[in-house]
Amino acid sequence: MIRVVLPHHLRTLAQVGGEVQLQIEGEATPRAVLDALEARYPMLRGTIRDQVTQQRRAFLRFFACQEDLSHEPVDFVLPSAVSSGEEPLMIVGAIAGG
Amino acid sequence: MSSARVLVGTRKGAFVLTSDGKRKKWDVSGPHFAGWEIYHVAASPADPDRLYASQSSGWFGQVIQRSNDGGKSWAPVGNKFTYDGVPGTHQWYDGTAHPWEFKRVWHLEPSLTDPDTVYAGVEDAALFRSSDGGQNWEELSGLRQHGSGPRWQPGAGGMCLHTIILDPVNPNRMYIAISAAGAFRTDDGGKSWLPINQGLKSQYIPDPNAEVGHCVHKIAMHPTRPDVLFMQKHWDVMRSDNAGDLWHEVSGNLPTDFGFVVDVHAHEPETVYVLPIKSDSEHYPPDGKLRVYRSRSGGNEWEALTKGLPQENCYVNVLRDAMAVDSLDKCGVYFGTTGGQVYASSDAGDSWEAIVRDLPAVLSVEVQTLS
Repeated sequence: MIRVVLPHHLRTLAQVGGEVQLQIEGEATPRAVLDALEARYPMLRGTIRDQVTQQRRAFLRFFACQEDLSHEPVDFVLPSAVSSGEEPLMIVGAIAGG
Repeated sequence: MSSARVLVGTRKGAFVLTSDGKRKKWDVSGPHFAGWEIYHVAASPADPDRLYASQSSGWFGQVIQRSNDGGKSWAPVGNKFTYDGVPGTHQWYDGTAHPWEFKRVWHLEPSLTDPDTVYAGVEDAALFRSSDGGQNWEELSGLRQHGSGPRWQPGAGGMCLHTIILDPVNPNRMYIAISAAGAFRTDDGGKSWLPINQGLKSQYIPDPNAEVGHCVHKIAMHPTRPDVLFMQKHWDVMRSDNAGDLWHEVSGNLPTDFGFVVDVHAHEPETVYVLPIKSDSEHYPPDGKLRVYRSRSGGNEWEALTKGLPQENCYVNVLRDAMAVDSLDKCGVYFGTTGGQVYASSDAGDSWEAIVRDLPAVLSVEVQTLS
């Protein structure tokens, strides 16, 4: 089980209160997590990664285990603490704008 | 008894304002989609409970919301806007070629007859249509592939398709406008498009009379006279009496002919409203006085409408989608400001009052007349 922490606006959009818990088949990668997240919460499609290019939105970052994993390849295998559910994958909005 | 429902899009959410037909006391609900930019909220003329909202964010991109109960509840629908074929390039600010990139939906225009059909005007400029209540979107790419696309360029707010007008008499005809490309018309339901910019003069482009490149801010039409169009261009208020084939200026005695909004009285096709803004360098009313101008002669002769509007120290702007009229008697006129006020007149502009203040900056105002 993977735990995912969404930014406030996406929790509201998906109508979830706290962390999201996802079951991933196979290796836990950013792509697999986002695939599972969007399958369970279709309203999040396009909000974290572009639907056409699949690129991460510029003002979002992926953090886990005190590391910034945003620039890792989408098929990068997430740390075992994330795939075991010990640590969450955090999707974080940049502090920008007004 | 008739009533009015005002749909307000702001920088930080949507608000729904309701009143009975007297339009003196207003209830405010919201913010809906709190914290998101709501460029537009639009209602289906065929089903007044069917609403669509464009919700967007620099962080999270575009979401489209739909309500089936007049705005009491909402649900996200489809938000995949994919340009048809190879997107190609348009001009960037510096004149170089820049690839077409979807950024947001500026304007939603529901069909006049089918609540499930809705058009979306987007940035970078293109026209999309959904026939299933917003679940799926297809581009009407004949517009972007008209041939002039590589010469379109963004205005200061981006290269947006902000105006969509559906002809109530001829279902195959519609009008759109793009900043800064100009106005276009289709007579075959959106397959092919004709630039309709003859008569426009824009000193900020190399050829002031060019076929495309004009920064059209808004177009309005009265439904009983679909061949007569009024335009607020970057500078100049314009009129066409032949479906956009030729335009002539009707700025007349306006204190400045820069502005964003234009609209037509619901019952008097020759009564037109604009809200002059000082200049393209100073986006606020001239002399700090918020004045709507009304022409009862289809342009050229304009009267200032000031009763109830601030006449000193007012430095707000009124953006292009932020004026609307209801069809009650007398006609109601509404506009929203970047200062967060929504002003309304229940007597066709003779007097005004702020029906809500201190909202986030208003991006759009629409109104429904409900029976």
